[in-house]
Amino acid sequence: MVQLTLPKNSKVGKGRHYPAPAGAKNVKTFRVYRWDPEGEGNPAWDSYDLDVDAVGPMVLDALIHIKNHVDSTLAFRRSCREGVCGSCAMNIGGRNTLACTHGWAEVPGKDVQISPLPHLPVVKDLVADLTLFYAQYASIEPWLHTTTPQPQGEWLQSEEDRAKLDGLYECILCACCSTSCPSYWWNGEKYLGPATLLQARRWLVDSRDEATGERLDALEDPFKLYRCHTIMNCAQVCPKGLNPAEAIAEVKAMLVERVV
Amino acid sequence: MAGYRTPLGHARGLGSAKHGVGHFIGQRVSAFALLGLTIWGAWSAVSVVAGGYVGARFWLASPINAALITLLVVTGFYHARLGMQVVVEDYIERKFTRTVLLILNTFVAAGGAMLAAVCLLKVAFGGGAL
Repeated sequence: MVQLTLPKNSKVGKGRHYPAPAGAKNVKTFRVYRWDPEGEGNPAWDSYDLDVDAVGPMVLDALIHIKNHVDSTLAFRRSCREGVCGSCAMNIGGRNTLACTHGWAEVPGKDVQISPLPHLPVVKDLVADLTLFYAQYASIEPWLHTTTPQPQGEWLQSEEDRAKLDGLYECILCACCSTSCPSYWWNGEKYLGPATLLQARRWLVDSRDEATGERLDALEDPFKLYRCHTIMNCAQVCPKGLNPAEAIAEVKAMLVERVV
Repeated sequence: MAGYRTPLGHARGLGSAKHGVGHFIGQRVSAFALLGLTIWGAWSAVSVVAGGYVGARFWLASPINAALITLLVVTGFYHARLGMQVVVEDYIERKFTRTVLLILNTFVAAGGAMLAAVCLLKVAFGGGAL
């Protein structure tokens, strides 16, 4: 059943406050979700008053500043710091996005509130458990399926067919879209979610793939595919500007085309 | 994800049900049909009011009117059943409750559609009390 309130042990309390260094002129407060699996307490909002004159422009810069200069116990994922790897996906100011490409000055409101991606188990602080998300991606078998013997060279593809992959192949699997989707919140164990379905479309539309029918068979399911109700949160939050809702609609259209 | 099942096994679950496109098409086609039928129904209701009960019986005696109004209620119940099914599947997680509600949904829709159709046709065929 849908849960509209957090269970007792997930209620987020008030955490520690870290004041700005003496002499700071331009101070901004960052409220960060903290939870330690080795501790016994509930999660808490720690607040860090930072001298933003000493911090880079992105939210990730602020988090790295906190870790390096204020509180080294803070846990978060990051790698490329330029919107390519998808590691630093988190909820910033109520919106899923990448900390590395989102400026803290862009966050509406007085404080910058940062929490892990919603509706996922939390490993520690801002690190969410993406095990099921990756397994769902693996379940669509995201590689070329062919029966025809391998050609001597590469599998050929026309420029027009290659262009059909635009808007699909750019996905970095950051999980911003899936974890912003209410359908994925309520039925995440059975619904594949926007990221995986966008990838499914990427292989369905690939002119070199020979398993379109099998792929459609695997997707035609009231839960795996049809939990998408075109809520469009996915398209709103995608940090790469992709439109998973449109990709899902195209998969549904392919299934209709097969029977009509 | 409790137990020792691998994440991929968990994600695959029981596999694809291999149905859903029929529901998808049914929902859209019935919505499209209801668009026209509802406008016609509203317009008819307004024009029939002036004639009172006798006028309405006279109106319903027309085969076209009787067929269209029956189609309207039956399609309405069919569309409502498909919609409620989605709501139950979305929000009710407990298998037993979900199954009971899904069956109940079908019974209510089928019963409602049948009752409405019989009532309408009875009046249309002149069986209603004057």
